[in-house]
Amino acid sequence: MLIEKIKARFGAEILSAQNERDEETFTIERERAYDFFRALRDEPDFQFNFLTDLTAVDWLERKPRFDVVYQLNSLNLAHRIRVKIGVDGAEPWVNSVVGIWGAADWLERECFDMFGIDFKGHPDLRRILMYDSFEGHPLRKDYLYNKRQPIVAEIDPVVNPIRSSR
Amino acid sequence: MGLPARWKDKIVPSDPSDEIMELQMGPSHPASHGTIKFNLKLDGERIVDCDVEVGFLHRGFEKMCEQGTWTQCFPYTDRLNYASPCINNVGFALAVERLLGIDTTERCKYVRLIMSEVSRIADHLTCLGMAGQEVGATTVGFYMLEAREFLYDLIEAVTGARLTVTWCRVGGMTHDLPADFNDRMKASFARLDQVLIDCDKLLSRNRVFIDRMANVGKLSKEEAISYGLSGPLLRAAGVSYDVRKAHPYLVYDRMQFEVPVGDRGDNYDRFNVRFQEMYQSKRIIEQALAALPEGPVTITDPKVVLPEKEKVYNSIEGLMNHFKLIMEGIHVPAGEVYQAVEGANGELGFYIVSDGSGRPYRVRVRPPCFLGMGALNKMLIGRMIPDIITTFGMINMIGGECDR
Repeated sequence: MLIEKIKARFGAEILSAQNERDEETFTIERERAYDFFRALRDEPDFQFNFLTDLTAVDWLERKPRFDVVYQLNSLNLAHRIRVKIGVDGAEPWVNSVVGIWGAADWLERECFDMFGIDFKGHPDLRRILMYDSFEGHPLRKDYLYNKRQPIVAEIDPVVNPIRSSR
Repeated sequence: MGLPARWKDKIVPSDPSDEIMELQMGPSHPASHGTIKFNLKLDGERIVDCDVEVGFLHRGFEKMCEQGTWTQCFPYTDRLNYASPCINNVGFALAVERLLGIDTTERCKYVRLIMSEVSRIADHLTCLGMAGQEVGATTVGFYMLEAREFLYDLIEAVTGARLTVTWCRVGGMTHDLPADFNDRMKASFARLDQVLIDCDKLLSRNRVFIDRMANVGKLSKEEAISYGLSGPLLRAAGVSYDVRKAHPYLVYDRMQFEVPVGDRGDNYDRFNVRFQEMYQSKRIIEQALAALPEGPVTITDPKVVLPEKEKVYNSIEGLMNHFKLIMEGIHVPAGEVYQAVEGANGELGFYIVSDGSGRPYRVRVRPPCFLGMGALNKMLIGRMIPDIITTFGMINMIGGECDR
């Protein structure tokens, strides 16, 4: 019923909806994604107040290349959904949902670090797991797992002071 | 003076009114458990801003899982939350089994549950022991680590290893419980009980401990939910969300247990929630041992589980079966699944995507303590440097899980 309710409420914004193994997955476009998520969090039928996970999958040969995957959970109504946004490989961006869930702060940083997807509106989008001068985005399928990186030049802490967070 | 020439234009004489000091509490610090760098901006000893830098233990778990077969991911999962390795194994196995659409035997579910809870107690003992040690209660640290040894003896008796167990397989596990597990468990519990009583007397109502922990690192309910916290961090803030109750897996729905919930969301509540969870875990284990059914612990599906060695060495079918499973991996149908288990730190989720071959296409671990670290900045603004130690200790960041 959740899948019906969401399809009824959002209509044409839902590109596709499936229910497999009791998990409901919706695919949407990136343009109106922010309003979609805000409605999912705030409306009493849905109340998805918990952003469980935010990650991406690289389907190298497919168009769109990336899928940004959001796992949402409602602590009050005890239901979960998955939302996917297809993201073009040439211009990988989606709008940041930091304003909706604070968890998106670090999750989006990690997704940017690993896949190179730009989260527009994120206050401080920089690498989180890899070091700053790492070249490339490691979880992309065209990044070989045994690829070598250039030797990092010594970073002078006076010339390059510690980056501030905000 | 000996300053390098390139610094000449950069050094600005300090202005007494410029009171913010930048300090790095570096990745290797004697009081922080795990390699974490805090880039602090301090006003005296007050923290004005704290930029938490993680990633020092990033080993490319998700990338490496894509390079091997599904079964070859299990050693990687041990090394996620290495304080409670059985839970990681179980989580990944459950995810793959759901994607395959197979169900394990009843005994397997009970055994996995028992070992998950043993791991959970071991993890909490590590966290609380170290938390005590960092504020000066070294005795509590040693007592809890000693108690953890009893549990490690159990884990070693079952799986063969204390930490890197690699014990679950898709469809079952490598070793069943040993015949004397019940007796071993009773003996361990008797000693664990005594340790918990002693540590409770030493620490829980200790004036110094309460002063260090109470009202420190507070997060409100709404903040905790917004930051995606789960497990003891969320429950200490007053939200009663436990994956074992909300989305039961294995046989948790047949177990009677309570979920301890705090109300202030500070470090002291987190300590108490973890402490009480250990008692609840013991309760679950006792119930599970009483209800443990007989039977095999691994299913016999030739597409998923390796055949017995007798068949492999004595029949061509067994040999071919073994060969295909090892070389190509288990053929998991294309699709995706998200499986959450209750790790010691919170909701440990595995989001796996299969493309139909024997190798994973994408394995994503949803790490509970990574999100906890994301909220650390919020918890520490306005606090003092010693509060970093206690708050960070209570988040129980395990480097393997946070950085993967």
